[in-house]
Amino acid sequence: MEEMRESVNIVVVGHVDHGKSTLIGRILYDTNTLSEGAIEKVKKLSAEKGKSFEYAYLLDAFEEEQQQGITIDTTQLQFATQKRDYVIIDAPGHKEFLKNMISGAANAEVAFLMVDASEGIQEQSRRHGYILSLLGIEKVYVVINKMDLVAYSEERYEQIQQDFNEFLYNLNIFPIRYIPISAFLGENVVEKSDKMPWYKYDSILETMDSITKEEGVKNMPLRFPIQDVYKFDHRRIIAGRIESGSIHVGDEILISPTNKVTKVKSIEYWAEKDKGDMATAGMSVGITVEDEFFNKRGEIISLKKDAPITGNLFNANIFWMGKSDLVKNKSYKLKLGTQEVECEIFSINRVIDASTLETLDDSSAVHKSDVAEVTIKTKQMIGFDEFKNIRNTGRFVIVDELNVSGGGIISGIDSSLQNRELTTKSTNLAPRKRLVSRKDREQKYQQTGKVIWISGLPGCGKNEIAVKVEKKLFDLGKKVYYLDSANIRFGLSSDLTFTEADAHEQTRRLAEVASLFADSGMITIVTSVSKFKQDREYARHIIGEQKYIEIFVEATEEVCRKRNPKGVFEDSDAHLFYEKAEYPVVTLYIDEAEFNSDKKAEAILSLIQEK
Amino acid sequence: MDHLDRLEAQSIYILREAYKHFGKLGMLWSVGKDSTVMLWLAKKAFFGHCPFPFIHVDTTYKIPEMIEFRDRMAKEHNMDLIVEINREALEQGMGPEQGRLICCKALKTEGLHRVVKNYGFEGLILGIRRDEEGSRSKERVFSERNAESEWDYTDQPPELWDQFKTDFKKGNHIRVHPILHWNEIDIWEYIKRENIPLVDLYFAKDGKRYRSLGCAPCTNPIESTATCIDDIIEELKNTKESERSGRAQDQEASHAMQKLRKEGYM
Ligand SMILES: Nc1nc2c(ncn2[C@@H]2O[C@H](COP(=O)(O)OP(=O)(O)O)[C@@H](O)[C@H]2O)c(=O)[nH]1
Repeated sequence: MEEMRESVNIVVVGHVDHGKSTLIGRILYDTNTLSEGAIEKVKKLSAEKGKSFEYAYLLDAFEEEQQQGITIDTTQLQFATQKRDYVIIDAPGHKEFLKNMISGAANAEVAFLMVDASEGIQEQSRRHGYILSLLGIEKVYVVINKMDLVAYSEERYEQIQQDFNEFLYNLNIFPIRYIPISAFLGENVVEKSDKMPWYKYDSILETMDSITKEEGVKNMPLRFPIQDVYKFDHRRIIAGRIESGSIHVGDEILISPTNKVTKVKSIEYWAEKDKGDMATAGMSVGITVEDEFFNKRGEIISLKKDAPITGNLFNANIFWMGKSDLVKNKSYKLKLGTQEVECEIFSINRVIDASTLETLDDSSAVHKSDVAEVTIKTKQMIGFDEFKNIRNTGRFVIVDELNVSGGGIISGIDSSLQNRELTTKSTNLAPRKRLVSRKDREQKYQQTGKVIWISGLPGCGKNEIAVKVEKKLFDLGKKVYYLDSANIRFGLSSDLTFTEADAHEQTRRLAEVASLFADSGMITIVTSVSKFKQDREYARHIIGEQKYIEIFVEATEEVCRKRNPKGVFEDSDAHLFYEKAEYPVVTLYIDEAEFNSDKKAEAILSLIQEK
Repeated sequence: MDHLDRLEAQSIYILREAYKHFGKLGMLWSVGKDSTVMLWLAKKAFFGHCPFPFIHVDTTYKIPEMIEFRDRMAKEHNMDLIVEINREALEQGMGPEQGRLICCKALKTEGLHRVVKNYGFEGLILGIRRDEEGSRSKERVFSERNAESEWDYTDQPPELWDQFKTDFKKGNHIRVHPILHWNEIDIWEYIKRENIPLVDLYFAKDGKRYRSLGCAPCTNPIESTATCIDDIIEELKNTKESERSGRAQDQEASHAMQKLRKEGYM
């Protein structure tokens, strides 16, 4: 069998003139990659400019670049070693060409960050380091170049390593190695240099060949953003690329953010050789589904058990490359996967000078080349992930006017603000990045926060059951709290009466409070008449289906009247009417006034234990 | 997924992005190996359909076998083919004897520009690759051209995470490059794997074959004994000649190609 071809993308970044182009030129030269024509051209050019041989000309293809001796735009070149293929990406070092550096580096799996041994760490060395961390490039090597200018000094090497580590560790970049070289003289480029016997590790090229390629996304949750829907013939094909995970014919799939569920009917193909009943991350495919409801570009297909977050608010770390500043109260376009939505900057939480890590005093705007922590609000609900969990659906770009002007990665959003559309009248909010997540709490407390929503007509006995449930759970060592809707009316809801509109508002407040309690890890018991199904659906929406357990205490009219003689049925004549839910809920029947609340509480306990 | 699968999936993604974003979209089809690979990729991307026209800028100086192959493929694949000939320039006597770069500009660059104007294309798909030549190695996947088809390569937009330039001024157009990331050997390995039909000129006859195809007066065959794809791949692995060394317009003064391309050449 033929050996599998493999290709690794490596970007070379660093401050201007630290030798990026020279290193790449040297590698291409030494691996016999260059055509004779190309070498001749560079020899001629170098001679014209009175230089011996300028390796940089091999990459700086534009006339302007060669004349001014700078790299303006990123270049991608290919070469091969005995082992495999490489795409090597040259990135410009000037601050003003940061957008081109980012365009180059975003394609890389590995980065070589160049530092001039005599000049030491400079502004762009640090800024590029920061950008690498935002791009999520974890495999970073620092290359200390021009060792010939410092007499191949080990001391100098150690010094730079120490200084730079201090900075990079703060960004969660842990360089795999610092490699001392002289790009121009070829020391430690292809073979180990005898000028630096104190350096015990591999040369640049040996290092490259030792890098293992990451192939992890296949085993992650399925993310299949819809790119387009085709109807060229009888088939209605949903086309797109699988960003992570895999998909099979017959899979039950969820479409976010609409929350529709269906099954994969087929995976389509044109060439006979592409026929199959599964597809994995990286593949551009087309599927048909069993229920042909309307779907459109931007929606994300996942498996039901591992859906992306949906919401319209999230925190992000961004870098800005726009000509005009990034500001609040302005409409931008956000592109995340195949989604394109209007968005605005809800708050700028911190603006950072990427070359010093210092927080800038002025956080009213983000200037070109700065990085920032912001909260973004989109006009519609979108599906996304935290970047640390799934990369491709956890990053986005921001378009200002006609230009891609910024990029960012999603650091998350408080779980109490997920899975629903948020609106607010205040413009001065900033949902902070938290250090304790719901998952953390769950692990610590050994329980999952949830809301047990007990509804039923006045007099049905729900309060009696609720206090028992609270006590039993408490005795079991659980963290539990009973939110009595009647008590809330004395405080939080003292402004509300019993009209239908106020009853609706009361449900909203109760649900919001309960949702926060559940988010804090608490098992939260709520009692509320909430006899209109619309109200309970609303509560379920606010709290989130995963956390919401609805229980209906159904008592006969006789029981209710007997247990609630004063009859707080002020809102209408149809006081004994209860509108049942359209989804299955647990119902507890009460047919005698002196019922055993202990037994009913036990029933609820066994129910939530299973959950 | 192997190497070719990854290249293919990325190209298909790009083609679908182009189709989604541009109402008026066309694919340049030079009849050569690269653009024929693109035709194949389009058929895969759109499940056997070609939902946009193919454009052939014909200088009338093309090698005759190319035109024959063009017309045969167009029929077989039911392609919507636009053939553009800059008749005005030809009537005024334009030809390679006027100077190669002048001729290229008039018959190819101008021809291309006219198609864009006449049909109002917003997106034009081209089969250039980064490994072909210096200015192409710096290209973006979605690359904007102004109303005069000119390229401002000193201020290219950022391009990251497959978020391409899809917003642009009316009257401008976007050049879409779906196989920018392929190299010459990738192309041949893919042609072999997918069994893609090709014009015979690529295979050696009487000790010569064409490595790159263009106009007859300005394209020279290379010395070669490669009569099948495997031979060609073997030959390429061992050569130090550049792919386009047989193409006269690339060999003119330094940066000739950059200048041609700045003015709108492919
Ligand atoms: N002495 C010495 N000079 C070098 C070395 N590497 C690069 N240079 C020179 O440093 C200058 C800038 O290099 P270049 O590759 O253009 O830097 P870039 O801006 O990072 O791409 C050029 O004049 C190189 O010849 C080295 O190892 N030693």
